[in-house]
Amino acid sequence: MSLIKITAPLDDEIISKLKTGDEVLISGTIYTARDAAHSRLVKLIEENKPLPFELKGQIIYYVGPTPEKPGEVIGSAGPTTSYRMDKYAPLLLEHGLKGMIGKGKRSAEVKEAMKKYKAVYFGAIGGAGALISKTITSSKVIAYEDLLSEAVRKLTVVDFPAIVVNDVYGGDLYEEGREKYKDKYR
Amino acid sequence: MRIIKSEEISNAVKNLIIHSSVNLSDDTYNGLKTAFEQEISEQGKTVLSKILLNAEIAKNESKPLCQDTGLAVFFVEMGKDVTVEGKNITNAINEGTRLGYSEGFLRKSTCDPLSRKNIGDNTPAIIHYEFTDGEKIKIMYAAKGGGSENMSALKMMRPSDGKDGIIDFAVETMRSAGPNPCPPNIVGIGIGGNFERSAILAKKSLFRKLGEPNADSELAEMEKIIFEKINNIGTGPMGFGGICTVLAVHITKEPCHIASMPVALNVECHSHRHSEIIL
Repeated sequence: MSLIKITAPLDDEIISKLKTGDEVLISGTIYTARDAAHSRLVKLIEENKPLPFELKGQIIYYVGPTPEKPGEVIGSAGPTTSYRMDKYAPLLLEHGLKGMIGKGKRSAEVKEAMKKYKAVYFGAIGGAGALISKTITSSKVIAYEDLLSEAVRKLTVVDFPAIVVNDVYGGDLYEEGREKYKDKYR
Repeated sequence: MRIIKSEEISNAVKNLIIHSSVNLSDDTYNGLKTAFEQEISEQGKTVLSKILLNAEIAKNESKPLCQDTGLAVFFVEMGKDVTVEGKNITNAINEGTRLGYSEGFLRKSTCDPLSRKNIGDNTPAIIHYEFTDGEKIKIMYAAKGGGSENMSALKMMRPSDGKDGIIDFAVETMRSAGPNPCPPNIVGIGIGGNFERSAILAKKSLFRKLGEPNADSELAEMEKIIFEKINNIGTGPMGFGGICTVLAVHITKEPCHIASMPVALNVECHSHRHSEIIL
């Protein structure tokens, strides 16, 4: 286990260095999307239409923040549960998405697609929305404003804390962690 | 007959909502601190320390603990000698919900279940009523997040499944939930009643303060067994591995049909926002 600083967008060289269980601090540009936005992005790809942002190398953060108060960059902004995006993720990975930040398990299909297209799934701390918001230095809605908290935002982050759950080698922190601490309570 | 203005109810509801969105209750904070001290996994400890730090930041900066500020759930105990003037109590609570989520800069999460279009003001609130003696109105509020609610389950068990069957159901539900509901969790279990009543009992069980023992010794024993078994699954804080998967297990029971044994399990996240007021 080690602490690694990475900058988004990501390339294959960085991706290949990340291992399940690594703690990372992410800086750079990332995009937000939840269920409704994913459904629209996938529809655009299927119709061969341009996406609201270039997908290649990007990280998508599964989040729907609270409204920002006057003077705030963003409201509380922790991760939402990722499995709801499993249906859409493989197609986005095929089109160049390199990282996803969320919380909770991914499907076998998403894990396969991550190995195939070289991408990583990061776990952030659910319920730590106030803490995480401090690492977001700019936020701009770039698409689907009608979706309110579910709109697509372009975020600038500095040392956003996360942990590598699934790497390109098939590692899965949820399975490994559980195995390690099984029957260890008392 | 005591008369209470509906505006007073709306205002109290608004304040409950805004206050609990940024202030983690003492019992939850202490529960998380104990978990931090007990956790043996390094990553689990890191997660718990960040959750505790998040609570400090939320309080100091009046920023929501979690971006999922929930559906607004209320349990209301209405005295028989009090009447509400102005709006009816359901409308008064919904008005307070509207005001709380708007003035508190909280996320509005209610939507049409099929079109998925956001309602825009986080109404309707989900309200359960009970009628009691006296001239007071007790309002208990919970901001219930979707991530943990989604991992909840209800099973119409056979009476022959017995206590062991209930324990297995609880443990297996939490095993399958794994990292999804933001562990460490609080588990509310309702045994008995009927189909819908068991779910309401499960939700209401979450209102018991952490660390407060179950008055029923048989249920207290079951809580202890389930608590230990879930913490032995190994899920740990945020599912990264560890021994603190649940902070507490709370069970409530009520009589049921001779043919039935309904059991509902309501999962609650560590951002356990619940509060109450007596008017």
